[in-house]
Amino acid sequence: MLREVHVEELTEHIKEMCIQVNYQLSGDMEAALNRAAQEEESPLGRQILCQLEENLQIAAQDRIPICQDTGMAVIFLEIGQDVHFVGGTVENAVNEGVRRGYAEGFLRKSVVGDPLERINTKDNTPGVIHMSVVPGDKVKITVAPKGFGSENMSRIFMLKPADGIEGVKSCVLSAVEDAGPNACPPIVVGVGIGGTFEKCAVMAKHALTRECGRHSEIPHVKDLEEELLEKINKLGIGPGGLGGTTTAFAVNIETYPTHIAGLPVAVCICCHVNRHITREI
Amino acid sequence: MDKKIHAPLDAGQIRELRAGDYVYISGIIYSARDAAHKRMQEALDKGEPLPIDLNNNIIYYLGPSPAREGRPIGSAGPTTASRMDKYTPRLLDLGLKGMIGKGKRTKEVQEAIVRNKAVYFAAVGGAGALLSKRILSSEVIAYEDLGTEAIRRLEVENFPVVVVIDSEGNNLYETAAEKYRRI
Ligand code: SF4
Repeated sequence: MLREVHVEELTEHIKEMCIQVNYQLSGDMEAALNRAAQEEESPLGRQILCQLEENLQIAAQDRIPICQDTGMAVIFLEIGQDVHFVGGTVENAVNEGVRRGYAEGFLRKSVVGDPLERINTKDNTPGVIHMSVVPGDKVKITVAPKGFGSENMSRIFMLKPADGIEGVKSCVLSAVEDAGPNACPPIVVGVGIGGTFEKCAVMAKHALTRECGRHSEIPHVKDLEEELLEKINKLGIGPGGLGGTTTAFAVNIETYPTHIAGLPVAVCICCHVNRHITREI
Repeated sequence: MDKKIHAPLDAGQIRELRAGDYVYISGIIYSARDAAHKRMQEALDKGEPLPIDLNNNIIYYLGPSPAREGRPIGSAGPTTASRMDKYTPRLLDLGLKGMIGKGKRTKEVQEAIVRNKAVYFAAVGGAGALLSKRILSSEVIAYEDLGTEAIRRLEVENFPVVVVIDSEGNNLYETAAEKYRRI
């Protein structure tokens, strides 16, 4: 049986989610920040983490976005194959949600229409939409606005199979080192391993939407996440890049089968304002 | 060490600042980011005057979110400074004395900072709600069509920053990470 979903419903949800996520971080991110503020060894680092805690309170209380870069809206839609959308196209409905959310929420319009001519579209559209079809009759919407201070520090490496797991580790560590203070640490590191050039990039971005502190279900991938997090926090970059023991809150890895000749690795870096929110309709 | 300074800056205040100092700025500063820097560069190339007087002033690399009614400004944290590196030495040579941003600078910028006895501060990236509370007033004074990227005159009070590159060229990003590096 097909279930009809009016696209206006998508628009309303996306509008609300764009606003909510820019004013209030998910509980997992807030918990990670609070824990770090206790454990950070550098006094200046602790001072900065306390500023970030206070920043979250002010954002929620006074309705000021957590960060002025309210991001380019990235939207993941997992659409049940028994859903039939009516009332318009999904893409238009999603962008209308972004448009309304960024206008009504006093969010910054950071999108230029043509990457070379660079004229601001003034409504933060279009978003970047990733759709997949899944079993069932539900639609899972994830909104994850991405700031570009950290996006600009993200990297793709096309490794050789012989580079192996050690090669993967050095890619992640070098991307984090290069990012240094620019990516607004403490960061969350999304990693995609395998697939193709574009597949690993999408996995790395999607990995950022995973709850902070939850690990991969694949035992050796979980081990790799833990090892990399420990190593990253030994780099010394620290909060704000001003030195310390908290450089990252989490390393989230997604994997996919790949070709006999390749080992693609994407490292998507996100600042401590790692905004992600999910709803199912 | 915690210090308080007043903007526009004077040579004496700048000389006292050391990489690693926690500083509260009060006074007048100007916001400008990518597009405004590009326009200023084009104006200079054509021999036209700049819309702001750079002398002894501080530029804050900022593109705020829109202000709600009754507020001077929206969220107002720093953007990545390195995107302005291409334009910065020239502005320093013309009298600019301070910059507030986040992230690393090029060797050319660092040299221009030392040559002109200037200073580079970092504000905490991603603390835009908190930082907006330290901005008392905001007025667009040039390039209004650039929206968030317009040049604004900002009145700030106890605006918290950290000295990253001081007038002698000491660089906190280079030394601080080393101290906690265990790998
Ligand atoms: S990297 Fe993140 S925290 Fe930093 S300015 Fe951009 S969105 Fe804000």
